[in-house]
Amino acid sequence: MQYQFLGIGYLTWITFLPVLGMAVVLLIPKASTNAMKWTALIATVLQLVVAAVIWINFKPGLTGINDPNGFQFVEKYRWIDLPGVAWFGHVAVDYFLGIDGLSIPMVILTALISFVGVVASWNINKAHKGYFALYLLLDTGMMGVFVALDMFLFYVFWELMLLPMYFLIGIWGGPRREYAAIKFFLYTLFGSVLILLVMLALYFSVVVKDPATGQMMHSFDMLAMMNPQNFDPNSLLAGIGTYWRYVAFIALFIGFAIKVPIFPFHTWLPDAHVEAPTAISVILAGVLLKMGTYGFLRVSFPIFPDAILKFAYPLAILGFINIVYGALCAMAQTDFKKLIAYSSISHMGVVLLGIAALNTQGVAGGVLQMFNHGVVTAMLFLIVGVIYDRAHTRGLNDFGGLANQMPVYTGIMTIAFFAAIGLPGLSEFISELLSYLGAFQAFRWVAIFSSIGIVLTAGYMLWTLQRVFLGQLPDKWKELSDVNGRELVALVPLMVVVIILGVYPSIMLHPMSSTLNHLVDFVHKVGTGMTAVK
Amino acid sequence: MSPIDSTLIHLAFAVLLLPLAGFTLLIFFGKRIPRQDLIETGILFVALAISIYIMVQKVFFIAEPRIDFTFRWLDLGALIGHPGFTIDLGIAIDNITAIMLVVVTLISSLVHLFSLAYMEGDVRYSRYYAYLGFFSFSMLGIVLSNNFLMMYAFWELVGISSYLLIGHWYEKKSASDAGKKAFIVNRIGDVGFFIGIMIVFTQLHTFLFSGVFAGIAEGHLSGPLLTAAGILIFCGAVGKSAQFPLHVWLPDAMEGPTPVSALIHAATMVAAGVYLIARVFPMLTADALTVIAYIGAITAFISATIAIAQNDIKKVLAYSTVSQLGYMVMALGVDAYSAGFFHLVTHAAFKAGLFLGSGSVIYAMHHEQDMRQMGGLRKKMPITYWTFVVFSLSISGIPLTSGFLSKDSILGGSLAYGMLTGNYLIPIIGYSVVFLTAMYMFRLIIMTFHGEPRDVHKYEHAKESPKVMTIPLIVLASLSIFVFYSFNPLNPEKGWFLESVTKPESVVPGYQKYSWDFLQVKLVEKHPGETGVTNSGETFVTTNAYQMELERIHYTGLFLSLALALLGIFTAFLIYDWKKIDAEKLKQRVKPIHTFLYNKWYFDELYGATAVAGTLLLSKSFAWFDAHVIDGIVNGAATLIRLWSRLSGSFDHYVVDGLVNFSAWFTGLLGRGLRKVQTGRVQTYIVFALLGVIVIFYVFKQF
Repeated sequence: MQYQFLGIGYLTWITFLPVLGMAVVLLIPKASTNAMKWTALIATVLQLVVAAVIWINFKPGLTGINDPNGFQFVEKYRWIDLPGVAWFGHVAVDYFLGIDGLSIPMVILTALISFVGVVASWNINKAHKGYFALYLLLDTGMMGVFVALDMFLFYVFWELMLLPMYFLIGIWGGPRREYAAIKFFLYTLFGSVLILLVMLALYFSVVVKDPATGQMMHSFDMLAMMNPQNFDPNSLLAGIGTYWRYVAFIALFIGFAIKVPIFPFHTWLPDAHVEAPTAISVILAGVLLKMGTYGFLRVSFPIFPDAILKFAYPLAILGFINIVYGALCAMAQTDFKKLIAYSSISHMGVVLLGIAALNTQGVAGGVLQMFNHGVVTAMLFLIVGVIYDRAHTRGLNDFGGLANQMPVYTGIMTIAFFAAIGLPGLSEFISELLSYLGAFQAFRWVAIFSSIGIVLTAGYMLWTLQRVFLGQLPDKWKELSDVNGRELVALVPLMVVVIILGVYPSIMLHPMSSTLNHLVDFVHKVGTGMTAVK
Repeated sequence: MSPIDSTLIHLAFAVLLLPLAGFTLLIFFGKRIPRQDLIETGILFVALAISIYIMVQKVFFIAEPRIDFTFRWLDLGALIGHPGFTIDLGIAIDNITAIMLVVVTLISSLVHLFSLAYMEGDVRYSRYYAYLGFFSFSMLGIVLSNNFLMMYAFWELVGISSYLLIGHWYEKKSASDAGKKAFIVNRIGDVGFFIGIMIVFTQLHTFLFSGVFAGIAEGHLSGPLLTAAGILIFCGAVGKSAQFPLHVWLPDAMEGPTPVSALIHAATMVAAGVYLIARVFPMLTADALTVIAYIGAITAFISATIAIAQNDIKKVLAYSTVSQLGYMVMALGVDAYSAGFFHLVTHAAFKAGLFLGSGSVIYAMHHEQDMRQMGGLRKKMPITYWTFVVFSLSISGIPLTSGFLSKDSILGGSLAYGMLTGNYLIPIIGYSVVFLTAMYMFRLIIMTFHGEPRDVHKYEHAKESPKVMTIPLIVLASLSIFVFYSFNPLNPEKGWFLESVTKPESVVPGYQKYSWDFLQVKLVEKHPGETGVTNSGETFVTTNAYQMELERIHYTGLFLSLALALLGIFTAFLIYDWKKIDAEKLKQRVKPIHTFLYNKWYFDELYGATAVAGTLLLSKSFAWFDAHVIDGIVNGAATLIRLWSRLSGSFDHYVVDGLVNFSAWFTGLLGRGLRKVQTGRVQTYIVFALLGVIVIFYVFKQF
């Protein structure tokens, strides 16, 4: 294998580096909190370095999705091999990692946001050991989801990230943290159960030849699930366009939709955000929400192409609802964090709109929007964190005139807000443009109605900006200090990314494009019953 | 590309990027550099020099209509069997671009110069210059773009720089409100623009103007969809050029510093909408043009009537700007393309001058903007006064001024259009606005500069502004003279300007180009020789008919407009200077009308009560729905499950466990009963055993 370090593949490194860090954190004596912080920081910096190495060595132009030869940095080993289990027969699960153009932006995003999150966690003030250990475990879970190609492994990582998140909100969160944490946990668990059921149904439907033994057996290999020929003709999910395939698609859809979150499964998000500490909000909005849409593209679309072709229009309408409903709800908020949470719902609607279009520009726009929204929303939550740390309130109406008191902060905030508004020259403009272009081609009226969101977003964002930063500074905030060096370390890299991708998005779009084209092509061909293309 | 072409492209990039470089420098190192203001001002003058060079080269020495430079910006690859998804961007220089470059850099550099004194000692002085630089960059971007995407991108950037500059004094709530309003109202128009672009791109797969026009000429986008695209793109212009019904933001934008009003909200940005229509002119169908003409005319009329009743010097000028923009838009709508663009350029000079002049007055009066507090300033501020008179004559359309040339062309165009198409309303509005314009302008001059000072204290302190402020005024005043545009003071047709700004060929399929059916009939009657037949068998008429009509009514129109302008000036003097008519009494007699006009036709109130209140109500009710209904269902489900679990807990405790305990108890009971049998005596056991054997014997005997 080419891409190895110490005999271990890059993807394993990038996934499990945080766990190594966690082990170190656990060994550090309770009192040396600084050592824990630095360990976490080093682990995430190393992860970021590996991400950069992967990005540099990533070859654009390969396909991926259902084509094993299109994946890069592949690692495939037999992980679990139980020759005879009652009911299940011969169970074999592969440790199967690999990335293509769909996962590469998510891998980079995860590494970047995890690093930023550690910087933002610097002033955590209780139970440091637990916090950083769980944080790093969470990091592994997230990264694993984006690199796993075996569905069982995917599910393991998916669940792995759930528990640390629960504790991180429930222990280090705000006053209503327990309510928020349990709500998040139950919601997500409900989704996970649906995913698990579909996974088992798929497992029992797919029969492939085991390359090692030559024996025909069931498989969790997602790539195998994408080939209609691998389905046992008598199985539940065989064929195309059958009743049970639609049921399975919808179950899987709800499982992922909760994560995005899609209306009406979204109410856990504002609560979780409001209660979570800053760094966790950053992770939540920056990475976790993307898992839902990533799940659509990685799992739902290629495994159930027939169903997504049938349900593309409703999906686009859900995108529209997310955009407009989220924006209107955001407008009514008086809590800064809640406002950003609802704006996330609105912006994730754009992703749905783009990917539902199922054409090159729409899907590319949707995936790019996943990345861009991750970066921009992370910035926004960091920005809220900065004033919350100083003023201990997030009430939008409590502030005013901060522009004069905190000029550097205001400058950075302006960039983030303008990016969220979709101002040209900043990253979200491009991804929204491509998503809307794609949607317009596929569902003209949905795209037109969704564009109301463009005005609403400008409305609530500028109103927020005015209420917090413009006007007269109340006397009680005369002592607030401007952003410090640590906060700049977290904010500036994100700002640079926002500007670079705003001017020259090809850096990110180029590695993605052939995979996404392949995905679009694959969905249309297989979904309509034409044979799979290589 | 020939060497000179490539040089011009490079120079154009330099013009575009210089102000951006200035912006970057000032934003990051603003406080550390001495005299940042001079750096930015110097940059703009360099850009001006380059722009003049480009214009002279392009307009007088290069024959080809446009120099194009295109590069591939994005390539998403191709689906098998589909055309690839690519986006090409670039810049182009044609005559109107070259002229606009000079207009923008000229006004911008003069405004930079003017601000050196006007903004001196401002709290955010370097920020102010940085934003001016950013604005100049964005505006030049609009001018240079050869495609819809960049146009739209710079369009938004212009919007944001306008937002930042209107809210320059953001400590004032009214200023930050005005900035926000400007941006949001513009965004509404921009969404239309965006949808229009999406239609174009979805049909033609390119953003390049050249590609789009070629595609339309080949018939890939036609019919109602093409009309819709045209009108939607025009929506962008409605926002940015403050046309009815989105004109409400511009007067509020006067909250910004006055030099900003001169640059952005009078001369350049608001003209971007007109420039956009000129850019996409070849693809506009007749129906779209009719809509454009009416919107322009309505705007011109509404805002001129409002201007008459305002007392704030900047508000009068703001409504005057809206009105003149309406003229330009109307001109393009009635097919008077060159006239519309001509007016854009002349208006840029004299309106920037008017704003800077008002800035000079406001500066002298210590930031007093109410004309009722002014008066008699003529003697104190001669340069400001005389340049102001030149600008006012120009905007009123008095011969020997530039405004006369351009306005007369527009009015002639509208008259010809009205005569040919039966849309008489358009020329009627056009001419009545001439009267109103002359009247409100001279009302302003008289109230400000003539008569006796009303606020003696402020008058005592007023003095002529410093040179950096008066020089721009003098430059702009000289540019308001006819000679810069045409050597014939009465007819611009043969001047270099109109010679070099020619109407582009329409690419709209023939039958749509002249689909005013009334027009067809009339034209056929009047000029039967000029009709033709399209491939689809429908008749069409060439525009020569329009040209002929234009020439026929030329002098009628000219004298009519001149008479109306003079009448307007005369009326203003009659009321406000000679006091032959008592202004107060007049106001009383037409009180309802005056109140209506004074309150700007109540547009703000109307929008506040409908769109704004409606959105807020919707947003509040959605938030309530979210918190109570959706979350109510979630929490309700949780409560139900808790209830259920408590029930099943009780069931477990009382029923399941009860059964277990019952059986235990029952067993115990049995045991206690049976214990009695366990006597320990052998005899008793033998009796039981015997009885058992007998029972078994009888039972088995049955089988």
